[in-house]
Amino acid sequence: MSDLTKLTLEAALGGMEKGEFSSVELTQAHINACADAGKLNAFITDTHELALEQAKASDARRAKGTVGLLEGAPLGVKDLFCTDGVKTCAGSKILGDFEPTYESSVTANMKADGMVMLGKLNLDEFAMGSSNETSAYGPVINPWRKDEDLVPGGSSGGSAAAVAADLCLGATATDTGGSIRQPASFTGTVGIKPTYGRCSRWGTVAFASSLDQAGPIAKTVKDAAILLESMSGYDAKDSTSLNVDVPKWSNSCGQSVKGLRIGIPKEYRMDGMPEDIQALWDRGIEWMKDAGAEIVPITLPHTKYALPAYYVVAPAEASSNLARYDGMRYGLRVDGKDLNDTYDRTRTEGFGDEVRRRIMIGTYVLSAGYYDAYYLRAQKVRTRIVQDFENAWQSCDAILTPTAPSAPFAVGRKVTDPIQMYLNDIFTVTTNLAGLPGISVPAGLNADGLPLGLQIIGRALDEDTVFKAASALEDAAGFTAKPEAWWT
Amino acid sequence: MSQPENGAPENGVSADDVRKIARLSRLHVEDAQCGNLADELNGILGWIEQLGEVDVEGVEPMTSAVDMSAPMRADEITDGGKRDDVLKNAPKKDDGFFVVPRSVE
Amino acid sequence: MFIAPRVADKKDWLKGETGDWEIIIGLEVHAQVASNSKLFSGASTEYGSQPNSQVSLVDAGMPGMLPVVNEFCVEQAVKTGLGLNAQINLFSRFDRKNYFYVDLPQGYQISQFEHPIVGEGEIEVLPIDADGNTLEPVTVGIERLHLEQDAGKSVHDLSPDETYVDLNRCGVALMEIVSKPDMRSPEEASAYVDKLRGIVRALGTCDGDMEKGNLRADVNVSVRKPGGELGTRCEIKNVNSMRFIRQAINFEARRHIEIIEAGGTIDQETRLFDSVKGETRTMRSKEDAHDYRYFPDPDLLPLQLEQSFVDKVKADLPELPDAIKARFMSGYNLSEYDARILTADKGKSDFYEAVAGGRDAKIAANWMMGDLFGALNKAGTELEDSPVTAPMLGVLIDRIADKTISGKIAKDVFERMFAGEGDADTIIETQGLKQVTDMGAIEAMVDKAIADNAGQAEKAKENPKLLGFFVGQVMKASQGKANPQAVNEILRKKLGL
Ligand SMILES: [Mg+2]
Ligand SMILES: [Zn+2]
Repeated sequence: MSDLTKLTLEAALGGMEKGEFSSVELTQAHINACADAGKLNAFITDTHELALEQAKASDARRAKGTVGLLEGAPLGVKDLFCTDGVKTCAGSKILGDFEPTYESSVTANMKADGMVMLGKLNLDEFAMGSSNETSAYGPVINPWRKDEDLVPGGSSGGSAAAVAADLCLGATATDTGGSIRQPASFTGTVGIKPTYGRCSRWGTVAFASSLDQAGPIAKTVKDAAILLESMSGYDAKDSTSLNVDVPKWSNSCGQSVKGLRIGIPKEYRMDGMPEDIQALWDRGIEWMKDAGAEIVPITLPHTKYALPAYYVVAPAEASSNLARYDGMRYGLRVDGKDLNDTYDRTRTEGFGDEVRRRIMIGTYVLSAGYYDAYYLRAQKVRTRIVQDFENAWQSCDAILTPTAPSAPFAVGRKVTDPIQMYLNDIFTVTTNLAGLPGISVPAGLNADGLPLGLQIIGRALDEDTVFKAASALEDAAGFTAKPEAWWT
Repeated sequence: MSQPENGAPENGVSADDVRKIARLSRLHVEDAQCGNLADELNGILGWIEQLGEVDVEGVEPMTSAVDMSAPMRADEITDGGKRDDVLKNAPKKDDGFFVVPRSVE
Repeated sequence: MFIAPRVADKKDWLKGETGDWEIIIGLEVHAQVASNSKLFSGASTEYGSQPNSQVSLVDAGMPGMLPVVNEFCVEQAVKTGLGLNAQINLFSRFDRKNYFYVDLPQGYQISQFEHPIVGEGEIEVLPIDADGNTLEPVTVGIERLHLEQDAGKSVHDLSPDETYVDLNRCGVALMEIVSKPDMRSPEEASAYVDKLRGIVRALGTCDGDMEKGNLRADVNVSVRKPGGELGTRCEIKNVNSMRFIRQAINFEARRHIEIIEAGGTIDQETRLFDSVKGETRTMRSKEDAHDYRYFPDPDLLPLQLEQSFVDKVKADLPELPDAIKARFMSGYNLSEYDARILTADKGKSDFYEAVAGGRDAKIAANWMMGDLFGALNKAGTELEDSPVTAPMLGVLIDRIADKTISGKIAKDVFERMFAGEGDADTIIETQGLKQVTDMGAIEAMVDKAIADNAGQAEKAKENPKLLGFFVGQVMKASQGKANPQAVNEILRKKLGL
């Protein structure tokens, strides 16, 4: 039987439907692939036995005629989603071997739809990073290689690498400043961050509550649509969850974009941006034009302020969200001479450098005398960024931009310079601040043969248009390149 | 810390500020590191200070991407009664309590 | 900073070596909302259960857990705000107050800082002196009322070197009611708390149980020369009885005066009241930095209430203690004192209205405040469990009115009712206490008394005082059942007085 791991999610679901293979066979094939891919360090926790049980159960359900949206599909779960009875540590030492007694709403939805979980995927610690190098469980290595080991991007680097290396048919991920889309761009995969409020945040370890959104990383735009349909949905347990129904986005894929107005923001033409990214963006514009879309130049004047605003808002929320990791009720406790010493030792040893750095920044910008200067001002700038988009929607229906300002870079290259690292999210962070949907589609290779992605941004709750435009882009780009499996 | 004027503090984060922030964050910073950390934070904050260029006159701060009133739940007992779950991952527990270092009052 | 224009009554000034001082008092009262479940989780608020048995994963601050607001708690806050004649804010917001403590699982308390649900209001307070006399009424300003989470409980006596933590109380809804610094004496302060307690109990928004800590006060105390510059204040946390509130204020004010007069300065700090020693002592260690870094909780959205919702709550508001008292004074012509006693709480005022309805209001008041409260006091019984119910007391009063028994016999009947011998009519019947109003019978007894005491009867003509002797004889003969007026009339006639 041909290698089942090369299938798309859509094809695999179809194959099981036709009875060409079982979920157990499909799952076993992926377990074998995972077993050979240790070098990528994509998984923190394997749940292979559990996966085979779930696959058996799924085949039994299918035999009885009950078939969920993801019935029998072996997938990976970012280790930020709490999974009942399965270690969840957010890539941090501070959670120790924390074993939740509850299931995140997103993964609960997917289980209800028949998901088979292969394991918990590596990530930057508490999703803070753009290269997956801040994980306490070691960096994830990008399946795409050029002479040296490259980063898969972050924070969902494990999710992106696992999908790119065909270790799973798709994976959950989260995006606070670009953590789904930038790794997707770095690994030649598709990643979408939906409208804020589409996916419940309940049971997902929080980084920055007002920006965090879950979404999938997948092999194709349609696969991403199928996965998002399962992950999304109203949840009364999350006060910021949107009580709207979930459209059948997979039907939007492949629909014509004739007459669709695609905005091109001039502010995204940054000096110092690699030429091949500029060239790819121009090609993307041509592709959309050829597909019948209307190209309109737009302006998003406050774009350059999005990243600094983000680096006030996100650390501020994080400094508070991470206060619960204090060694008292769960996770790591490093005993000290007294209570305060125990707090200090636990948190100092439990958190890595980047997390400690962001906690300190967040504490500072919220502290007496600085709140107005930093936090309040950043929130007002956030309003300005929202206004930019509202103005843009007057003249366009979707926006096309590059996903990231660079191709995947070498492991260890940027860890020393925080701001250089932060700049990875320059094109993605605006949609987090505004709560808008954004998708990254693999569109080509750079001179070094490394993948590059383009991003489509849509109106709030208009994932429909986003998927439509994304699949048009996908068709035009015809991106079929795969990294050769050097890791096996 | 020096008082911020039009926005940003004039001479940034000092080593003492770092000590205060670390204390508030319950993080330990070696005295030797305070200086470097101050420089590092000042580097990032200096970059953040470009926000001062934005005209935010009369602009409402944005606290959430969701623009609606807080949803509310009915006053019903739907949770609790799961002590084992609550204590399951506790570093130390005894007799149904979390056990923690003595917190003197 | 607060301004405190009102100068205390001279009698409330404290004497120091350098002259007189006045006490400036403001209170933050934490009233637990009488809800079934917690402010942001579905766990029960039941008091005194097994440790950590009423804790949700939200209360325990588990990763990824999120708060959802309890609608009932919001309604109770609005209700209470209206009861305090306060501004209801249609827009309010939950903020995080960040600090580390073992009883604070999230590392922050969800409270309302910048935009509380209730703004300024005011209530009138009647201080009572030691002898129970009402003093001049004082108007106390309400600064704000906001909703917030309670913390867990730390137990320090189960291990010598460790603390045991129970999160049952963690996340229970509290209304923090902040007063202006408008009180000037311990009596005014406790009267204010007593007034608040009466209001929340009447509204049913909080059970006001201070022993259980369901209503507790943080007392802010400072001293100044009468009318002078405000001094530095200290906050005494969680004082949970009226007496302790007065003791704590007295001690703290004295402490301030001594320090200042000795040339020292007061450092603003949080203190604890030791009810055993009757002292306050410092609570948080100095090295602890205080910077709560309040910011809007990004897990929650702002509360945006409809005016129509507030109007509905207002329309359904029950009658408040002040209104009931005023009605008792005008409707039943009760004195301020009687009205105050009888409206001290809902139980008393309901009981009184049941007794006084269609009867002599003053007599009803006297029986309740005299015989009933006296007996309850002696028996150490609460009005709720009084063996003599309102209808029972009512019937007793009716029997005096319809002359079935005399007031004197009634006292005996009351005691028997209180002892559980049944209602008035049963007791009158079984004990044969019915008053004799049959003139013939009485005349016979009178004649017998005069016959038996012929000598006295003679003297009576010169010395009418002897009438009393004959009345006594006749009443004795009738075992007190003869109608006293009838006995008098007939005796006067027969003795020719
Ligand atoms: Mg307080
Ligand atoms: Zn409070």
